Amino acid sequence: MMFIDPHAHMVSRTTDDYEAMAAAGVVAVIEPAFWLGQPRTNVGSYLDYLSTLVGFERFRAGQFGIRHYCTIGLNSKEANNEALAEGVMELIPRFALKEGVVAIGEIGYDEQTALEDKYFRLQLDLAKELDLPVMIHTPHRDKKRGTSRSMDVCIEHGLDPAKVVIDHNNEETVRECLDRGFWAAFSIYPSTKMGNERMVEILRQYGARQIIVDSACDWGISEPLGVAKTARLALQRGIPEEQVRLACYQNALDAYGQSGQMKEADWLNPVDIDQRALYEGNSILRGGREPRVEKLANRRSMDDLIIK
Amino acid sequence: MNEPVRSILRDCLRARLDEAQKRWLDEQLAAMTASPSDKSLHVALGMAPRRLGKAPLAPDAEALARLAGQVPGWSLAGWSVADAARVLLLASLPAEGFAERFRDLCQTADVAESIALYRGLPVYPNSDALERQVGEGLRGNVQAVFEAIAHGNPYARQHFDAHRWTHMVLKALFVGSRLSPIVGLDERANDELARIMIDFSHERRAAGRPVPWEIWRCVGPFARGSMIDDLARALDDGDCFRQAAALGLAASPDPAAAAVLDRVPELRDAIARGELNWEALSARCA
Repeated sequence: MMFIDPHAHMVSRTTDDYEAMAAAGVVAVIEPAFWLGQPRTNVGSYLDYLSTLVGFERFRAGQFGIRHYCTIGLNSKEANNEALAEGVMELIPRFALKEGVVAIGEIGYDEQTALEDKYFRLQLDLAKELDLPVMIHTPHRDKKRGTSRSMDVCIEHGLDPAKVVIDHNNEETVRECLDRGFWAAFSIYPSTKMGNERMVEILRQYGARQIIVDSACDWGISEPLGVAKTARLALQRGIPEEQVRLACYQNALDAYGQSGQMKEADWLNPVDIDQRALYEGNSILRGGREPRVEKLANRRSMDDLIIK
Repeated sequence: MNEPVRSILRDCLRARLDEAQKRWLDEQLAAMTASPSDKSLHVALGMAPRRLGKAPLAPDAEALARLAGQVPGWSLAGWSVADAARVLLLASLPAEGFAERFRDLCQTADVAESIALYRGLPVYPNSDALERQVGEGLRGNVQAVFEAIAHGNPYARQHFDAHRWTHMVLKALFVGSRLSPIVGLDERANDELARIMIDFSHERRAAGRPVPWEIWRCVGPFARGSMIDDLARALDDGDCFRQAAALGLAASPDPAAAAVLDRVPELRDAIARGELNWEALSARCA
């Protein structure tokens, strides 16, 4: 089975993670622009970060047979630094049309301040102007209200809910997301956002329509195999394979594919030019190879002592 | 000055575009010559693959022949329609301020843009002033960006000093790139590069790793004294390796090289007959 991890901060992860993800069946990742775990102090570091997302990280993922896409945006935490935010807002139109940018994101609320609200709205307008999907980060604190408010503002700005992914959902927020026609994403992030046993129960209760599973793996204690492990657990616990495929692959492709920048052919049948430049040949159709599954590299084991 | 080249690129592109795409491209080209705002330049470059697609450019033989007359050594192999469109847009910008613009674009380019930006070097205005930024482009680790400068591109042959040239050739070995597509590889070979290559071969042997066979192409014409021993030793390596070593020996000015080459008469004779040469070996051992 092929998987997409549509929320993964890969700049924080090692090559071992890429290897393990590829071995577990992950064919594509989407890396949302976010903060670094600490606030940036100037727009220059933001510029270099966005350059990395569309540059070296894209190449790096390709070396492991994984397609890398990203979303571009000013995150809610850093929206509170007005000087920084103004500078970043000037950069965003410049980066939003780069190759492989599948959405404006992750944007939304953190503390739900006036500045967060201002830059959230400006970026929603930009997404509309550039005809790009949106990835919304919902707040950790006051989550239920913050999630409803995020959707209200999207509607107020005339966005089509079918082009907006509401991320970091939980049992309390999912119903409203689905009812209002938004994509409901869940981050399988240990101890905080969502565990995968809970996720399986949500799939059981709601089915997989509009549901997207991601890992949100980043610089914290997180799990780059979150999508693959959830898929396996769901299958073990009797969720139909088609629903697992929707939640762990197809829905992310449908939602973010609306950008025109992400197609199944990218990994199934890459064009020669692109394959030579950016992507270590792991194509399934062209190479006649089976997708790589469940062959976890065990590079962290002390049993394998030799380093060549 | 670059008008004939722009016209060839435009013809290659038009052969691949529908009417609406041709119109879009013509509009953008007109905007470029009128010194566009930063934003319209960024949008034009960002939109190029979205509007025109990324299909192979695949120029016909006539276009390639015209191009070879204008910019010897410049290869459009592996170019997409979007690459050609971006190069053409950039080549249409005014000369004034171009170097600053080029640097600015390189700093925020995605991988595909970087490739196009550097592939187009031979046709940009004031290309002398871009050398520093091109040096920056070689410092990255994305092989395809490195090759946009180093392969099928005559810019380095014309503009690089010996130091930058030497390090570009060396870096090709370290990023896993081939040497043979480097334009000017033979004519710009030099003593210093040969010496560094020999040292590199010693490091590789000490580490128990294979010595890339292409290095003997750079070493051969400068091989003297103990360097002949290194070439002799490479004759014991595998197929491509020993044929490359034989070619290196054949190019050496040191009489001792001929004696070593006599140990492999079948290779010596193949070289004499013109059957074994760098082009043939590159094609076979790629």
